[in-house]
Amino acid sequence: MTEIYDLGIAGIRSGIADGDFTAREVAETFNARVCAAKPLNAFLVETPEHALAAADATDKARAAGETLGKMAGVPIGMKDLFCTQGVETTAASGILKGFVPQYESTVSANLFQAGAGMLGKLNLDQFAMGSSNETSAFGNVISPWRRNDGGNSDLTPGGSSGGSAAVVSGRIAPAATGTDTGGSIRQPAAFTGITGFKPTYGRCSRWGTIAFASSLDQAGPMAHDVRDCAIMLEAMAGFDAKDSTSLDLPVPDWEAALNSNLAGKKIGIPKEYRVENMPAAIDALWQKGIEMLKDAGAHIVDVSLPHTKYALPAYYIIAPAEASSNLSRYDGVRYGLRDLPDGAGLQDMYAATREAGFGPEVKRRIMIGTYVLSAGYYDAYYTQAQKVRTLIAQDFDKAWNSCDLLLAPTAPSAAFGLGEKMDDPLAMYLNDVFTVPSSLAGLPAMSVPAGLDGKGLPLGLQIIGKALDEQSVFNAGLAIEERAGFVAKPEQWW
Amino acid sequence: MSIDKETVKKIASLSRIAITDAEADAFVPELNQILGWVEQLGEVDCSRVEPMTAVIPNKLRLRDDVVTDGEIRDKILANAPIADHGFFAVPKVIE
Repeated sequence: MTEIYDLGIAGIRSGIADGDFTAREVAETFNARVCAAKPLNAFLVETPEHALAAADATDKARAAGETLGKMAGVPIGMKDLFCTQGVETTAASGILKGFVPQYESTVSANLFQAGAGMLGKLNLDQFAMGSSNETSAFGNVISPWRRNDGGNSDLTPGGSSGGSAAVVSGRIAPAATGTDTGGSIRQPAAFTGITGFKPTYGRCSRWGTIAFASSLDQAGPMAHDVRDCAIMLEAMAGFDAKDSTSLDLPVPDWEAALNSNLAGKKIGIPKEYRVENMPAAIDALWQKGIEMLKDAGAHIVDVSLPHTKYALPAYYIIAPAEASSNLSRYDGVRYGLRDLPDGAGLQDMYAATREAGFGPEVKRRIMIGTYVLSAGYYDAYYTQAQKVRTLIAQDFDKAWNSCDLLLAPTAPSAAFGLGEKMDDPLAMYLNDVFTVPSSLAGLPAMSVPAGLDGKGLPLGLQIIGKALDEQSVFNAGLAIEERAGFVAKPEQWW
Repeated sequence: MSIDKETVKKIASLSRIAITDAEADAFVPELNQILGWVEQLGEVDCSRVEPMTAVIPNKLRLRDDVVTDGEIRDKILANAPIADHGFFAVPKVIE
């Protein structure tokens, strides 16, 4: 008999429908797991009452014979980047400590409407800026995974959705929300051996999602497997009039149409993603992925995305530029931290508040953004980056002439130790090399766990699809999942 | 394009962040490293390319010019560090 805490969304739903257990039992089980998982530092706020209330509503609805929502009976973790009404929301920054939103983000509202309950707010890299959950003002998240070398090094769960990845892989929550700007759902999913999906830009509303880079941010599900991600994304997505970039299109029935038969599908292997010094384990996994997709009936082709190497530098101009604009609202006037030194005037208040409230990586990115947008440099940096971005998107468009999907690794390594990459911002940025191009082009992409490295740590494979074709991405992901036989779970050290 | 400490201080001022002297010193090599790295974009011939303005082709929707929101002053002030007489209170602006 599987433990309740080992079940994912689909398992919980059918267990409740079949009467194996009540939603309340599920909520109580996970609330207890949350309580016992404090050493991971994954939760910033715990909301057991919210999970219980949602569970009770589901049990009541089921008893009354009502139709249950897509996420009914499922308690989830909520990345602390989504404004949750009445529940402190900080984006893991000191500048929002104590901020209690007076409204609900559209994504969290959609999930609660679908019956989900909230276990708590999850730790993340500050303002979603990071790839290792080491920039949070409230401490690192520690991965539930350990290397099998007998050492006890604390590992990163990846970032920025580090808390989300940690709780799903550690079976502390059956699913969690993440956001992905340059890879922040996919990379932590790969590092922790779970499944993470970034939809087409505009699928999920950004209203109430604390903004980092508005042309890149997208919410998405992080869960045990492809089916769970499809269910959860259906619940999260949908047109929202309050987000001017929201796609006015119906949400497809991704779960119902899941089909891992890839006959007739062409999978492109982008040659520029074969980077120098690629670890052998990752290259081998990529080869294995190719064999798995062939086995599912797909035809493999080589493709070229010639501007790939410029994607990361373009991203690290565009994202900081947008961030410098988005984070200018944190000025100590209307919400959040206010630092008012004696005798300070308004400008001094702004400067002191932001100095005290922002962490070093956030300051770094705001300053880069301010510089590249400043007079005299705007065209050389920002406009040039936006033009390169067009070329990167065109690379994908041309590739779609010869394939339907792309297969690549998700990350250039397995999870590294906390503190190992903190000395060099650039080394940290290179973590996103495989995920950033699809972010710049707004394309749907997912990471599925596909193998373990020599130290027993998870490795993920990434599938990228055409805009609006989440279905094909889900289907290819399912084909890999069915053949990869990935059942590894972290051994509970906490 | 290399930046020096004076430029770092100017950027910090534009960003309204009161960085310390030590922070300014630390930022010089870090920002230079990042800027040196992004400079490679200059290699790309973009003479016949438009900057990307929309990630996924979309139309900017307009709505009817009617009031659909408001009358929630207390909620808006709920998180204010200092609120007074229904306003956000801030220190006076010094000329």
